Amino acid sequence: MGIIEAKDLVHEYYRRDEEGNVESIETAVDHVNLSVQPGQFISILGHNGSGKSTLAKHINALLLPTEGTLLVDGKDTSVEANELSIRKNAGMVFQNPDNQIIASVVEEDVGFGPENIGVPTEEIWTRVEKALKSVGMWEYRTHSPNRLSGGQKQRVAIAGVMAMEPKCIILDEPTAMLDPDGRKEVIKTAHELNRTKGVTIILITHYMEEVVDSDYVYVMEKGSVVMKGTPREIFSQVDALKQYRLDVPQVTLLADELRKAGMDIPAGILTREELLEALCH
Amino acid sequence: MLKDITLGQYYPVDSVVHRLDPRVKLFGTLMYVICLFVADHVAGFALMTVVLATVIFLSKVPFSYMVRGLKAIVLLLVIAGAFNLFLTPGEAAFTLWKISVSWAGIKSALLMVFRMTYLIIGTSIMTLTTTPNQLTDGLEKSLRLLNYIHVPVHEIAMMMSIALRFIPILIEETDKIMKAQMARGADFEKKGLVNKAKAMVPLLVPLFVSAFRRANDLALAMEARCYHGGEGRTKMKPLHYRRIDAVAYVAILFVFAASIAVAILY
Repeated sequence: MGIIEAKDLVHEYYRRDEEGNVESIETAVDHVNLSVQPGQFISILGHNGSGKSTLAKHINALLLPTEGTLLVDGKDTSVEANELSIRKNAGMVFQNPDNQIIASVVEEDVGFGPENIGVPTEEIWTRVEKALKSVGMWEYRTHSPNRLSGGQKQRVAIAGVMAMEPKCIILDEPTAMLDPDGRKEVIKTAHELNRTKGVTIILITHYMEEVVDSDYVYVMEKGSVVMKGTPREIFSQVDALKQYRLDVPQVTLLADELRKAGMDIPAGILTREELLEALCH
Repeated sequence: MLKDITLGQYYPVDSVVHRLDPRVKLFGTLMYVICLFVADHVAGFALMTVVLATVIFLSKVPFSYMVRGLKAIVLLLVIAGAFNLFLTPGEAAFTLWKISVSWAGIKSALLMVFRMTYLIIGTSIMTLTTTPNQLTDGLEKSLRLLNYIHVPVHEIAMMMSIALRFIPILIEETDKIMKAQMARGADFEKKGLVNKAKAMVPLLVPLFVSAFRRANDLALAMEARCYHGGEGRTKMKPLHYRRIDAVAYVAILFVFAASIAVAILY
């Protein structure tokens, strides 16, 4: 069984008027089935309002399913007693780096999670050191978070989650507020953690370039999963992607147009190098 | 203008005072304030001056840095001094036109100015030598007893440290909003109190909205990282008393006793 198993997951937001009567119901997540194996790097792609962030918040038990079940590491998120152990095992990194750093010194912020779950003092220090080194922010441990760049802040936030030694990390649009350099920095860090520490990563994003190296991709639209497969399978369906208002990477787009124009190029080109290879043959 | 706000400013050098446990410093400051109000004689002045000078010397914080904090209250000092000087009844020392100044007035004015100046300098030593986090940790531990009467000490300390963390962020945001509103024609330089107050509206409304949004995000992020109140929480940097803290406690109590003795003797 996988580390995350969603079965017919439904989440509805109720919009209420002033008396508390339900005005309208919005289905943000609609019968989603998801299965993630330990150690995988999963991406969930979707346009704004596709329900991908709502889905992410379920994995951390910040939201509870209206219908269906979600098991994280074999534990049902809707059982209240499981809450802490689920949050410990499935760490979450949010979009705005400023709003998720709690302490005014980097190392203290990374220590916040372990403090909450009652780790003894000496072990907190070893965990903080390990976590900061794993994201390459050890030299900044005594700095104030206010003086760091966006990408660095996000790496501190990832370290803060790593210090709790989770089995999986959910990155909820971690790069949406960063510049291109910061974006690369964060995605690279996520891949490194996945490769070297074996942490399962679930990356939620609307930038298609970021999902190229994932093991498996889900595309969401209006609350349901509309496409799933390896990046290559997904990227070979350029027209479908355009229909879901996703920006297909330029290389893929160019390759697709060339193929349509009759050139002998395989579908689902992901990188510039691949296109070059295909063109030169 | 906004860059000048330096709340809870910390002066990072390594000194004996910096290394003291925050609880000692809190206790010391409290005792110091009591001593100031007990002292009402030159001997008392002298004692407090010696104590203050010693602590300043030990803290390695430049004196000029401390006096900077006084600038803000100069006007307050002048007004308070003047009131005491002219409005205290008693035997007239000299008379200016129709206003007479009494000996008692001179004494109480001097006392007032002395107390306020020393109060500001003394308490600023604490904030200058203690990081905000140490300070809240110290408060949390010292006020632990209040837990028994259901005062949420941990929550208050957590709120304080989060507030301190967000001050620079909100200041930056205020700056940004100000510029954005100025770009759209808002005038923050208008004369007059009413106009100034009116000009604040387009600044404060977006600031509050964004502060609430941030608070919401932060609460979510804290929850996601297993925060569930003070129960079962361990400390990354727990407070431990060392020998130097015991020495400091003895010294504080000694000064306290001495100042009481001076007050009784004279």
